[in-house]
Amino acid sequence: MDLIYHSANVLLDTLKDVLPIIGVILFFQLVVIRKKIDNPGRLAYGFFLVVIGLAIFMIGLEKGLFPLGEAMSRQLTNPDFLVKGDASLLERIEKTGTVYPALYFWTYIFGFFIGFSTTIAEPALIAVALKAEEVSTGAISSWGLRLAVALGVAIGISLGCYRIVTGTPLHWYIIAGYIVVICQTYFAPKMIIPLAYDSGGVTTSTVTVPLVAALGIGLASNVPGRSVIVDAFGLIAFASLFPIITVLGYATIAEWIANRNRRKGFKET
Amino acid sequence: MISFLLNLVRNLFSVFIDILPLLVVVTSFQLFVIKQPFPDLAATISGLVFVLIGLFLFIQGLEIGLFPLGEKMAFQFSEKGNIWWLLIFGFAIGFSTTIAEPALIAVAKKAGEIAAEANAIPHTNESIKSYAFWLRVTVALSVGSAISTGVLRIVKGWPIHWFIIIGYIFIIILTAFAPKEIVGIAYDSGGVTTSTITVPLVAALGVGLATCIRGRSPIVDGFGLIAFASLTPMFFVMLYGIIIY
Repeated sequence: MDLIYHSANVLLDTLKDVLPIIGVILFFQLVVIRKKIDNPGRLAYGFFLVVIGLAIFMIGLEKGLFPLGEAMSRQLTNPDFLVKGDASLLERIEKTGTVYPALYFWTYIFGFFIGFSTTIAEPALIAVALKAEEVSTGAISSWGLRLAVALGVAIGISLGCYRIVTGTPLHWYIIAGYIVVICQTYFAPKMIIPLAYDSGGVTTSTVTVPLVAALGIGLASNVPGRSVIVDAFGLIAFASLFPIITVLGYATIAEWIANRNRRKGFKET
Repeated sequence: MISFLLNLVRNLFSVFIDILPLLVVVTSFQLFVIKQPFPDLAATISGLVFVLIGLFLFIQGLEIGLFPLGEKMAFQFSEKGNIWWLLIFGFAIGFSTTIAEPALIAVAKKAGEIAAEANAIPHTNESIKSYAFWLRVTVALSVGSAISTGVLRIVKGWPIHWFIIIGYIFIIILTAFAPKEIVGIAYDSGGVTTSTITVPLVAALGVGLATCIRGRSPIVDGFGLIAFASLTPMFFVMLYGIIIY
């Protein structure tokens, strides 16, 4: 009964997400373009599949994965887990409020892998990667792009966790990241640039955001001297910045290797 | 019939590969790092089956529904030849999908609480609510104008990097002036605005436009709309913060 109620709620949320889109499209179709769409039934069926699929996907996540991920985030950042039974260390932390960034080793590792794996499962990224492969007629492989993006998110979340632990200001990281992106843009193959910029916004949606938010809140509430209200933010910003860097890097390296091989080929013949 | 079944199995398998990393990470951390059994194994497994089926249906729907729809709209607009309607359409899609976005609603509420904490607005439910509401309107307006600008860029064939670099510079400058409490939210808001349904539609629209317009390449000019939509909210949320405080 509970499941049915919950499922209905999720479906309603997804519908709320879709209704504005349908409204806008119908308005423009009927009032501005005023032309028949061929095969409206098939389009509607596809739209229906997207909505139902996303709703079922969300129900599964909320039922099976999110509670588990949140529990894991809480446990991994729990002081009792960190000190591994060293009572004197625990006492020292509680008394002095000193932060030992090295204690959070497993959190950084967890951040890395959870960032990577949620990004691979991210529906919006799958969509963009499919489109990119189709449009580039295979020059950009869907899996290559997704792996590069996932690696970026992984590095971003891991570093973002470290930032929350140490309490360094967010903007220095972001500004440094921007400078790296601008420099890379100069060297990267022209074809990849818009896609790389896009990948920043695409990565963080349905799967990644809730799990990453749980990690941020777990860290900010357990690390001495951090407040949930100020320090819990910033992980998503990291997760949308670093994929740009890794995708640009991946394309630059791929092009460099291709060029080198071509040159080698010339010499040999 | 057999080919249909084979296809089904192949597609289901590829979706399984998509969620396999998540499965491996969660299982190995639970068993080897935290060293505890799963609290509710039945719920986890049934949740996983749901995730598998859901993702499978979503990807099927992309190919028959969202992608063709975005492309058809692009084609019809370019056939009509009126760029103003196209820009208005871009704005409407950006605005309407963002204003109702659940992730944004959550972030805006949090931002309202922070503003009250910092005594920037009165500590009442009423003012927190109105703060959160106007923040959402701000972000939605900025996403709408971003998609609109992005569409104009595709039509004109302007290179994207100048827009992004100038955007970055503006964001860095604003960071220096924005109240400290809002900077984190502003940076995060860039990532949360584009939902899973908007992204494929907007991507197909951009690629469709770049395919229809002569002299544009779908790969160089077609992408980039989402980049615009994730850049502008950072800028406007900080601006909103500066004005309110």
